[in-house]
Amino acid sequence: MSSHQISVTINGEEHTREVEARLLLVHFIREEVGLTGTHIGCDTTSCGACTVLLNGVPAKSCTVFAVAADGAEVTTVEGLGNGGLHPVQQGFTEKHGLQCGFCTPGMMLTSKALLEENPDPSEEEIRWGISGNLCRCTGYVNIVKAVQRASELMKENSDG
Amino acid sequence: MAECRGLGHSVQRKEDARFIRGQGRYIDDVKLPGMLYLDIARSPYAHAKITKIHEDTAMAVDGVAAVITGKTLEGFKLAWMPTLMSDQQMVLPVDTVKYQAQEVAAIVATSRYAAADGAAALEVDYDPLPVVVDPHEALKPGATKVRDDKESNHIFHWEHGDADGTDAALAGCDTVVEQHMHLPRIHVASIETCGCVASWNPVEGHLTLYLTTQAPHAIRTVVALVTAHLGLAEHKIRVISPDIGGGFGGKVPVYPGYVLATAASVVTGKPVKWIEDRSENLQADSFARDYHITAKLGSKDGKVTALKLDTVADHGYSDAAANPSKFPAGLYHIATGSYDLENAHVSVDGVYTNKPPGGIAYRCSFRVTEAVHAIERMVDLLARENGEDPADFRLRNFIKPEQFPYQSALGWEYDSGNYGAALEKAMDMIGYRELRAEQAEKRARGELMGVGISSFTEIVGAGPSKTFDILGIKMFDSAEIRIHPTGKAIARFGTKSQGQGHETTYAQIIAEELGIPPEDIQVEEGDTDTAPYGLGTYASRSTPTAGAAASIASRKIRDKARKIAAHLLEADEADLVWEQGKFHVKGSPDRAKTIQDIAFAAYTNHPQGMEAGLEAISYYDPPNLTFPFGSYICCVDIDRGTGQVRIRRFVAVDDCGVRINPMIVDGQIHGGLTMGIAPALLEEISYDADGNITGGNFMEYLVPTAMETPHWELGETVTPSPHHPIGAKGVGESATVGAPPAVVNAVVDALWHLGVRHMEIPMTPARVWDVLNEHGAAATR
Repeated sequence: MSSHQISVTINGEEHTREVEARLLLVHFIREEVGLTGTHIGCDTTSCGACTVLLNGVPAKSCTVFAVAADGAEVTTVEGLGNGGLHPVQQGFTEKHGLQCGFCTPGMMLTSKALLEENPDPSEEEIRWGISGNLCRCTGYVNIVKAVQRASELMKENSDG
Repeated sequence: MAECRGLGHSVQRKEDARFIRGQGRYIDDVKLPGMLYLDIARSPYAHAKITKIHEDTAMAVDGVAAVITGKTLEGFKLAWMPTLMSDQQMVLPVDTVKYQAQEVAAIVATSRYAAADGAAALEVDYDPLPVVVDPHEALKPGATKVRDDKESNHIFHWEHGDADGTDAALAGCDTVVEQHMHLPRIHVASIETCGCVASWNPVEGHLTLYLTTQAPHAIRTVVALVTAHLGLAEHKIRVISPDIGGGFGGKVPVYPGYVLATAASVVTGKPVKWIEDRSENLQADSFARDYHITAKLGSKDGKVTALKLDTVADHGYSDAAANPSKFPAGLYHIATGSYDLENAHVSVDGVYTNKPPGGIAYRCSFRVTEAVHAIERMVDLLARENGEDPADFRLRNFIKPEQFPYQSALGWEYDSGNYGAALEKAMDMIGYRELRAEQAEKRARGELMGVGISSFTEIVGAGPSKTFDILGIKMFDSAEIRIHPTGKAIARFGTKSQGQGHETTYAQIIAEELGIPPEDIQVEEGDTDTAPYGLGTYASRSTPTAGAAASIASRKIRDKARKIAAHLLEADEADLVWEQGKFHVKGSPDRAKTIQDIAFAAYTNHPQGMEAGLEAISYYDPPNLTFPFGSYICCVDIDRGTGQVRIRRFVAVDDCGVRINPMIVDGQIHGGLTMGIAPALLEEISYDADGNITGGNFMEYLVPTAMETPHWELGETVTPSPHHPIGAKGVGESATVGAPPAVVNAVVDALWHLGVRHMEIPMTPARVWDVLNEHGAAATR
């Protein structure tokens, strides 16, 4: 198994490691760097629990090799708040958009990217936007409300 | 004093602070020094003799430290383990595999990848055997025998009720409907799979087991019982259930992987982690349902009179159902549901097949979903056979509010209910009569639209000690509350949240009882070294049992607080009045001591002769079960071109008694409804004749996304439970239980005029289109 030296910037901090070519990005994040907020829920790229932002775009990190992220900027849930709470985190808390919390990091990162692309999404657009992330607890209604609340907060922030 | 925010407040959840920051600690986040990783090699065959396991092929892989087989375990008398239903299941096979994806060997290695490489490299020689997957075939003489240690494939016959009386009553009915229905095998598919980290300390003789379990205390006792011959003892076993990423019943059983990781830790002297993949989770963990039901329901003069259910239950190769000991078919005999009928009989025959073990819940109290599906389908059919609207027929035949407590024909005492109020509310919310008018217009235009009702009654909160036990341990649950000198508190419970929000709701119950705000109360569960013994969280039992224990323990504390207050106020105890959070002297509201004052005095200035401290424990034995109920109405449109069923609206009126945190209750119902429509429309695990699984991964097993899930509309009525200390009934599973027949009834309603009388689930586009096509109603070009 060939190994490669890679550098990945995660939440603004650069991490350089010697890794096997087959190492998945999600394992790089969780095992090599020790950020365990990114979860693993399936083995078919279906559930989205492992979603991170790869150069700002949502990616299921179980289906990206770590070597393919060499030189990339990655944002995980740990980098979402930047000290305080990101509006998406605020929205999920206020609107009870999470229960067991396992899908939540991936769901929030997908929501963040969605709101950056479309700051005022309709319910239908939110549902479509998060349809690559499975949640077994909430029935999605409160996740939709959480994203709507985050949209309000982001607008308030940019107005302020 | 801060507002106490007890019952009825939508307090934001205490647990969210860590979850939204990615700081939850789930099983795969547990990492111990020197930890090894375990992976499992699995059988490609549903039934086969193992002729040879070439252990050297796995040992040759870099990083592999050990290979464990059934023969290894046999040496420790651990190849088989007992189930809760007096059966046994394999940890690893010694010579024969009984289902596809069964564990064959465990590979222990220095990394996750090396363990997986070892499992992939392991060569095993098999000699395939005949397979039986259909339980009806399995019961026939000469059928392939699944279990070598049993006489036949018939596991048990269980029946309840008056068989002769029910037959006679059915014979006397003027209208009888009969229907066969199959509730297929499904999996809870919590987004976190199962796993564990076992850490054996040979010097101390101590085992720490981090485990995705809904019942940590019961697991500790089971581990102690099955390993006693190896020298393990219960005081040297610590089970820690960390944050759990969804449970729904799938994290109640003991899975072979847990035992294997433990054995591997003992063998290697190092901590060992096992985390299953999603495919392993769907293919090998215990499954739910798989009931083949033949139902008969009869009426006389429009009054429902008699119910008969005969059932073949496919349990897979072992009866590893997670039921209370005395109930091989769980609480299936809640099947008379919300209706006042005098004659009922139910029977279940359990059968072995070449499938993984079954009989766990899918977010429901022991087989209640199967019972509700049967009665709600049958009542719908009977209403139509009587020429009456299904809503009106239900309203006439419900148990009436004045009949509670109600003795059901199958022996339950329903605690409280007002079924008509819930259905009428749901009808108002959705505009039932208007939908019927719209349907008539659409039908005239050839469009397919249907409206379906389900008016369910659940039975949860197991349970009273005289009938409910697991392995002999009574099904109480517990709360231990300690008030610190500064008036803050810690409370520990025998249950284990998997997302239900116990840290918040339990704190609210204590807040209500003692006037201490929820944020001043630390709630802990899941560590058997610190929490009081309890049976765990499933079957919607946490609020009915541990929630009640929180009330009772709080009241014990209040009794002592009254004595301390009397001492501080130099007043007679009998002259003290409790108002939330403080005692005052009758007639002198200013002469008062807050619970915080009293807590401080309990450590600094307590009466002579009284022990210091302010704490209490309660092991609560519920006097009865609780009976949540509700009425759901589903409106569907069906695409004649594709067979796609679209849920246009879904109104759910739930009555779970007194609501502790309305926000959390609504969240539970939203989630339950989504897990209710899932088996109705999408989810199924099936097998071909050779026992090959279909639906064993997330590309084939379709969990609803936000796109398939409608915008739920909720309503409520509140009928308190008369026997629960705060009148609560439990709500985590109502919606999963109640929703499926509402969807089926809606689809059948949409197709009724075509001659359709029943739909099996899941009602996939392919299945619905076939039915449309058979009835000449599929749109074609």
